[in-house]
Amino acid sequence: MNLPAVWAIYVYEMKRFFRTLMESLLSPVISTSLYFVVFGAAIGSRIDEVEGVSYGAFIVPGLIMLSVMTQAISNASFGIYFPKFIGTIFELLSAPVNFLEIVLGYVGAAATKSLLIGIVILVTAGFFVDIQIMHPWAMLAFLLLTCISFSLFGFIIGIWAENFQQLQLIPLLVITPLIFLGGAFYSISMLPESWQTVALFNPVVYLVSGFRWSFFGMADVGVGWSLLAIAAFTGLCLGVVWWIFKTGYKIKS
Amino acid sequence: MTAIVDVMNMGKVYAGGHAALTDVSLQIEEGEIIALLGPNGAGKTTLISALCGIVTPSSGRATVGGHDVVAGFRKARAMIGLVPQEIALEPFEKVINTVRFSRGLFGKKRDEALIEKILRQLSLWDKRTARIRELSGGMKRRVLIAKALCHEPRVLFLDEPTAGVDVELRRDMWQVVEDLRKSGVTIILTTHYIEEAEAIADRIAVINKGRILLVEPKADLMARMGQKTLRIDLMAPLAAVPPALAAFDVTLSADGHALSYTYEAGGERTGITRLLQTLAAEGLALRDIQTTQSSLEEIFVGLIKEGAE
Repeated sequence: MNLPAVWAIYVYEMKRFFRTLMESLLSPVISTSLYFVVFGAAIGSRIDEVEGVSYGAFIVPGLIMLSVMTQAISNASFGIYFPKFIGTIFELLSAPVNFLEIVLGYVGAAATKSLLIGIVILVTAGFFVDIQIMHPWAMLAFLLLTCISFSLFGFIIGIWAENFQQLQLIPLLVITPLIFLGGAFYSISMLPESWQTVALFNPVVYLVSGFRWSFFGMADVGVGWSLLAIAAFTGLCLGVVWWIFKTGYKIKS
Repeated sequence: MTAIVDVMNMGKVYAGGHAALTDVSLQIEEGEIIALLGPNGAGKTTLISALCGIVTPSSGRATVGGHDVVAGFRKARAMIGLVPQEIALEPFEKVINTVRFSRGLFGKKRDEALIEKILRQLSLWDKRTARIRELSGGMKRRVLIAKALCHEPRVLFLDEPTAGVDVELRRDMWQVVEDLRKSGVTIILTTHYIEEAEAIADRIAVINKGRILLVEPKADLMARMGQKTLRIDLMAPLAAVPPALAAFDVTLSADGHALSYTYEAGGERTGITRLLQTLAAEGLALRDIQTTQSSLEEIFVGLIKEGAE
């Protein structure tokens, strides 16, 4: 294992993050604050409580998930797409590193960035509402797993994408709708019964539900299912990454 | 000497069915500069890419420093520095950071003294904190060379190092290559400028349509393949080539003042003695004699044509 190479990629990627620290952190913080104003204050005043939790606090886990998932995908996909786009990928391919080390470097950096953003949003939310975390370790584990699995997913998108439009396509067409319909801002039980069944096919429901459970001890689906869902998603992404590694898909002819 | 790069029957067929390399075998000795000379699309870059790990060869194998480039890729690639044809650099990064990154990627510990030495050697030290996008094209190419050298490779691949570079910078680059050779680095460069191969290479491999047509020391190649032309200026003009010279491949200039005779410089019999004797016997008075040797370019064009036939 060429660990210095993994470290070199990781540090290089993190430097980009810190070079644009304000942009990297400011936009999630501002959008989170906006969500609090719109959902928490405007709509929340008419909902007041969901299963004993104030609506403002209820949406915090969903908001964190929303940002962490989108940030993990965009950071990881851009991280590997950019060298492809400007041609510096030749250096990765001709260095004494294997694909696993490349993945570790890029995905590790993207996961770290999204984790930091998740924590910043949690702190920001603390200014608006009282937050209690019932199961802090579970919360951290869910957060970390989400960062890693969605960074892996982003990495795959970055390898697949051939232009900037494609880079945006999947996050825009698939991920954002899934997150919005995934109970980030409401409990699945608030939906009509038929839609509840449909919602159960949305993998994001399980992630948001599990994450919310670690905060408030209540969930739309059993926490075991949530763990299973995120493990399956991580496994699926790892499988695809392994396949890319084997075939050199889109990076090596 | 043992070959530091050994390519054995390598072939590469791209997904679309295009055969970029066909049965290429090539041995490169440690410390030499070898030029892969060929027209655009000849397979030069594919050959380099296959050795460096950017494309996977379809058949055959290759070793660098005795390590197979596929099975033993870590050890093989650790010995290789690659300077690609296209300038591919992150525009917003600082020169020194991108060089440090390359060294890290090769698993080497930070060595600021070495990086300083390399940057100074390439006249980049003053620009070390400049961002890449602020540099000129020639400077960017130097950054690519610095990145390729910073992990102390023993074999350096230069893919078209002077493509699109002005004449002055080209000579600069040749000087850089010469300095590198003195430090013991084996250099494989691709070029379609014959002038470049002629100026800096020890050996020349001519490649066309994915096949190596020949590999020879530059001097041998030029001596063996080189045709010479003997130009004889006459005191008095001739109206036509005298019948006595019909046996020779002689042409008369338009004004009738000069005869040209073409011969193989490396041939056993050049025919010069007989020609001069015949001229003397004909009573022709000579004003001047000069010979010119064909350049590598003419040799090269001849080879490519032969290959196409």
